[in-house]
Amino acid sequence: MSNQPILQVQDVTKAFGGVIAVNRVSLDVNEGEIVGIIGPNGSGKTTLINCVTGFIKMTSGRVLFRGKDISGKPAHKIADMGITRTFQIMRPYYSLPCYKNLVIPLFSPRAKRTGGWRGGGKLGDRDTVGIDILEEIGFERDSFVPYKIASTLPTGYLKRLELARCLALKPEIIICDEIFSGLSMSEIASMVPLIERLQMDGITLIMIEHRLRELFRVSNRVMVLNFGEKVIEGTPEEIMANEKVKEVYFGSEEVEEVMSHA
Amino acid sequence: MNIEQRRKERLDRGIKVRTDGLYAIMSWRELSYLTLPRLVLILGMLALPLIMPSMYWQRVISIVCIYALLALSFDFLAHFVGLVSLGGGLFIGVGGYLAAIMNTHFGMLPLLTIPIATVVGAGICTLFLLPCLPLRGVYFAIVSLMYPLALARVIVALDILGGTDGIMGIESFGNRWVEQYFVILMVLLFLFGARRLVNLDIGLVFRAVKDNDQAVRASGMSITFYKAVAVFIASAMGCMGGACLVHIYMWSGISLLALDFSILPIAATVIGGAGTLVGPVLGCLILVPISELLRAFGTLRIVFYSLILVAFIVFRSEGIMVYGQRKYHQFERWVKI
Amino acid sequence: MDILIYGIINSIALALMALGFALVYGISRVPNFAHGALYVITGFITWSLLRTLGFNYLISIVLALIVIGVVSALIYQFVLIRVRGMAISEIIASYAIGLAILEGLRWGGFKGTTYTLPVFIEGSVNIGDVPVDLHRILVVGIGVSVVILLWLFTHYTRIGLALRGMAQDERAALMLGIDSDIMALVAMASGGMLAGLAGIVLLPLGNIVVEKGYDVLIQAIAVCIVGGLGSWMGAVLAAFLIGFAQILTTVYLGSHFQMVVALLAIILTLILRPSGIFGKQKELEERV
Repeated sequence: MSNQPILQVQDVTKAFGGVIAVNRVSLDVNEGEIVGIIGPNGSGKTTLINCVTGFIKMTSGRVLFRGKDISGKPAHKIADMGITRTFQIMRPYYSLPCYKNLVIPLFSPRAKRTGGWRGGGKLGDRDTVGIDILEEIGFERDSFVPYKIASTLPTGYLKRLELARCLALKPEIIICDEIFSGLSMSEIASMVPLIERLQMDGITLIMIEHRLRELFRVSNRVMVLNFGEKVIEGTPEEIMANEKVKEVYFGSEEVEEVMSHA
Repeated sequence: MNIEQRRKERLDRGIKVRTDGLYAIMSWRELSYLTLPRLVLILGMLALPLIMPSMYWQRVISIVCIYALLALSFDFLAHFVGLVSLGGGLFIGVGGYLAAIMNTHFGMLPLLTIPIATVVGAGICTLFLLPCLPLRGVYFAIVSLMYPLALARVIVALDILGGTDGIMGIESFGNRWVEQYFVILMVLLFLFGARRLVNLDIGLVFRAVKDNDQAVRASGMSITFYKAVAVFIASAMGCMGGACLVHIYMWSGISLLALDFSILPIAATVIGGAGTLVGPVLGCLILVPISELLRAFGTLRIVFYSLILVAFIVFRSEGIMVYGQRKYHQFERWVKI
Repeated sequence: MDILIYGIINSIALALMALGFALVYGISRVPNFAHGALYVITGFITWSLLRTLGFNYLISIVLALIVIGVVSALIYQFVLIRVRGMAISEIIASYAIGLAILEGLRWGGFKGTTYTLPVFIEGSVNIGDVPVDLHRILVVGIGVSVVILLWLFTHYTRIGLALRGMAQDERAALMLGIDSDIMALVAMASGGMLAGLAGIVLLPLGNIVVEKGYDVLIQAIAVCIVGGLGSWMGAVLAAFLIGFAQILTTVYLGSHFQMVVALLAIILTLILRPSGIFGKQKELEERV
């Protein structure tokens, strides 16, 4: 394991006309870490991720993956390198059964090259491997959940399906965009062990989240964004204790009131 | 107040459920449920040349098949990949002119010109359409519309490839029966091939490109590449049609780039049932003979298809095959709420 | 010198042809493939009113414009509104209508040279040592006025501002109480009238021939793509680029190549800079 961070985001800036959505944000992510990115709505979290993963062209800045400059590469090339992501607005293939949803990532060049998760890319029978991946992620095979059409399943399953699509590519990094949003408490409770298991498998995770309690439980480090700028970065404990963070979320007058209820 | 309300419910027929998967070979009844429609189609098409009363009508069958190839390519591109191809004439023209040149200038036999024109033509068409593939759908429609119109003018202006007169003296198939059965077999081949293709893994990737291209990109696959593959397959069908056409008519000219080839496949698809791949073939079986009958009225027949097309779209008609499939697979009943 | 003059005339002509298409697409995101058809049929209507019914020329023009505006509105109301949002069906529907109109006219006999519209002013004048028809000068004048009027309309009148609002963001406009269906109807009717106006002004320079319908469609689309789909000022700029390119090729290579220039312009733009010169579609895919 080298000491170089697996992902280095350096001074990334994205401007939409006059609006600066992301302003010189830098972040280093080490291999095997879980890094959280938090901040109020509109602070530029998703835009930052879109820039890093190539879905949007950044105005300036660099992104390095294992030391190699990947800034400006198209999205599919970045995914091919092993940096996968989920979408905040979920995008499963609604008209297909769940396991067929995984056929498409298992068909990709990366899956063919790396063998895919559980050998799905090389073995060729993507249907079976798809079902295996889903079972591992928590789709109960006995209830035939993997065979159901994606549009009929509730949000909890669909969020896992998004993760499964990333897993099929045997990723090095998974960037989760609000994966806990829209889930019930029990669904979140079953997701957290899954996230921890992914970390144990050696995958680096970057999680954009609003559910701070769950995020602070799993993450090693957290970065706070506000109005497109990085406010602070540190361990969950440091972040929780920091005054500026509370101001960012609650506004300075509310902090006292909230702190008395915490 | 006791208002009894009813709604229509559609359920799969029992026999359809029984024939899902391996259980289809349970009995002759189940087997025939699945195979009968397909057999009717295959045998029907193979029998067509035999039952046609005159040589004129036998030629019409061949023309039907060529349009069917185009309609297949339109349905495949539009409903399984999301690209609307408004200029079928491009494929016919490229395939036709290639075959014509190979035959008249290099003396190659139809046996050779047709396969080569299919493959090389598909490559050329894909190259022409390449610039608009990374972009949104409307650009593909615009560019595909423009190419036949612009190319026709270029040919006339530069007086190349025979100019307005076209290239004459192209060999025909030789045998009347070969001529007809070849195209019929090609249509059946491509039809069943396409139906198989859209359910293969790569077919799923095409459908994913249509429904959700961001997710495909996030899976590490280049959308432009897969669209290009789809366009290659579709244009191969069209180019084969064009190559066969010039050997049937023994002539190739700018009428290959005509609007007939643009609008009739679309009308056939909409009438026959979009998305079914069989529907377009059926639509051609209906529309092309009507078009021949209307030939006396000149370009009025194009007005005719266009208006029917608009009517079908506006009234959101499903199309014959979609309706037919629904009736065959499902039954309806009223259910109390 | 004559290149400069003919270049300007050709460019303004292209701009006139393209504005109608740009307007409809910019506001309602519907590519109006019937654009060329509306161009030609307005000429036919004017001709009928003029020759067959014997109306005064000016009255024929005004009536024809009104008719075409109504026809465009009807097309929108009865066909396009039902397929709004379904991209495939919109494209097919407007294409089919355009085709129906043009081929219907072709069947009705608009092939030969028998149908012409008279020029507005007879005679010609010499600019420098280049003879220029007065009608062509009038074309330039009308074209410039239309562009200026359009700019004023969309910047200073309520309806114009509403149209611009819809062009920028349909949902935001809806929230502000702008009825997008009515606005799209207005856009379609105006686009149709602009197409008709272009037809009335430009057809006297030649004959009323059905082929012009397809040519106009291709050229309008080329101008709009090069300028950026959705940008009206871009369309004007692109009209000049393509217009001069066409004149240069006519001088050096012969007059058959106008369509080739248009086609090449589209392909080059799509390869080099797909959003066009002033294109507002920065991300040509949907928002992530």
